[in-house]
Amino acid sequence: MWTWFHKLASPPHFFRISEKMVPWFGISGLLIIAWGTWHGLFVAPPDYQQGDAFRIIYVHVPSAYLSMAAYMTMALAAGIGLIWRIKLSHAVAAAAAPIGAWFTFLALATGMIWGRPMWGTWWEWGDPRLTSELLMLFLYFGYMALRAAISDVKKADNASGVLALVGAVNIPIIHYSVEWWSSLHQGATILREDGPAMPPEMLTPLLFNIAGFTLLFGALLLIRVRTGVIYREHRKMWVKNLIQRGEL
Amino acid sequence: MSDKGTSNLFSGFCAVVRRDLLLSWKRPGDMLNPLFFFLMVCTLFPLAGGPTAEQLQLSGPGVMWVGALLATLLSLNSLFVSDYEDGSLDQLILSQQPLPLLALGKSAAHWLTNGVPLVLISPLISVMFQMPVQTITIMMVTLIFGTISLSLLGAIGSALTIGAHRAGSLLSLLILPLAMPILIFGARTASLSMTNDPTAAGIYFLGAYCMFALSLAPFATAAALRICNE
Repeated sequence: MWTWFHKLASPPHFFRISEKMVPWFGISGLLIIAWGTWHGLFVAPPDYQQGDAFRIIYVHVPSAYLSMAAYMTMALAAGIGLIWRIKLSHAVAAAAAPIGAWFTFLALATGMIWGRPMWGTWWEWGDPRLTSELLMLFLYFGYMALRAAISDVKKADNASGVLALVGAVNIPIIHYSVEWWSSLHQGATILREDGPAMPPEMLTPLLFNIAGFTLLFGALLLIRVRTGVIYREHRKMWVKNLIQRGEL
Repeated sequence: MSDKGTSNLFSGFCAVVRRDLLLSWKRPGDMLNPLFFFLMVCTLFPLAGGPTAEQLQLSGPGVMWVGALLATLLSLNSLFVSDYEDGSLDQLILSQQPLPLLALGKSAAHWLTNGVPLVLISPLISVMFQMPVQTITIMMVTLIFGTISLSLLGAIGSALTIGAHRAGSLLSLLILPLAMPILIFGARTASLSMTNDPTAAGIYFLGAYCMFALSLAPFATAAALRICNE
């Protein structure tokens, strides 16, 4: 198990393996999203209170979940990179940030579009989850700005890694802010002690979309990490060999 | 040095605090500029927003907290810069003393020279904003916890931006989102006290946040210093 792990952490090996993984992740993710979105938009019954407006959750919830999952990925990868000094791990952290920022933006945008007819306002400051999601976006911006400001890759890796870990403190605050402050936002719907408060024909497409978005995130992450690895290793022999053989 | 035992664990801490206090005593501008900045920001808002008593009371705690946050950020810019430039940061890192304790010393000195003056001058501004007496007290309490947390958090950001381009604006970008819980609870708690609502929860949160930062931030600062001082 550990030898496999060590092998994966070597850039040339990762580059070979990931080439085969990207289409699997990407295509299966897109297919699942297509099924989930079709069922979410056309098959699931309208909500008895919100009508058809609730259907935006099929984009909103997976995006919001991935905005946090991407941050966790980033912080975890940065932590592994800092502790065991694995360069590939830093490349994963660096690649996860822009994708996570996009999902955060998507979650905010869909939340605002939903909020206009439902709450009667584009933006509600009293809602802690909305505010924390915005702070999440700022955290991503800070992380990316710090990376951009340091020209030495190794130093940028380590410095931004520390920032990612410090920022990870914000994740539990986001999650529990729902309970901390009085809130307009819906309470937890899926993960509740007495089971999901949602009929299965609404829930199944949502779960499919969450899985599909996650797979798509994996594919995008792998593509970005592959580019990052080539950038970091462009002076190494194996990259030169790849170029000479015309495989790059 | 090895014969000095754990009883001298804090000698490095004390030396850093003493040195930084002495430095700011010799260069009072570094200490006074953020304070004047705080005063001016708090003057700008009544001039721009209107001077009626209700308006002042409504916006007062928020304005003061934003002012304090920005003033602290302003002073944090230079926390490690001169040490980095004259090489004393190398000496701090190379010394036998544990670096987190030295980083804690830097934060402590920063709080004593920047946080404490802010806290001390806040009653004056609270009076200018027509706040009732109980709010003035609450404002000071929240500012005490808040400025300690900011000095600790800011030290991480300040250490991370050593040697980076445009360190000033970068520092705000790194620290402001992390400081937002302090701002929210600080300003909300002070606002609540205006209407005689219970304020204990907010103060407890700020205290907890402060203790949390106190126990973890020096380690992050030390790690950042080791990484960025190359």
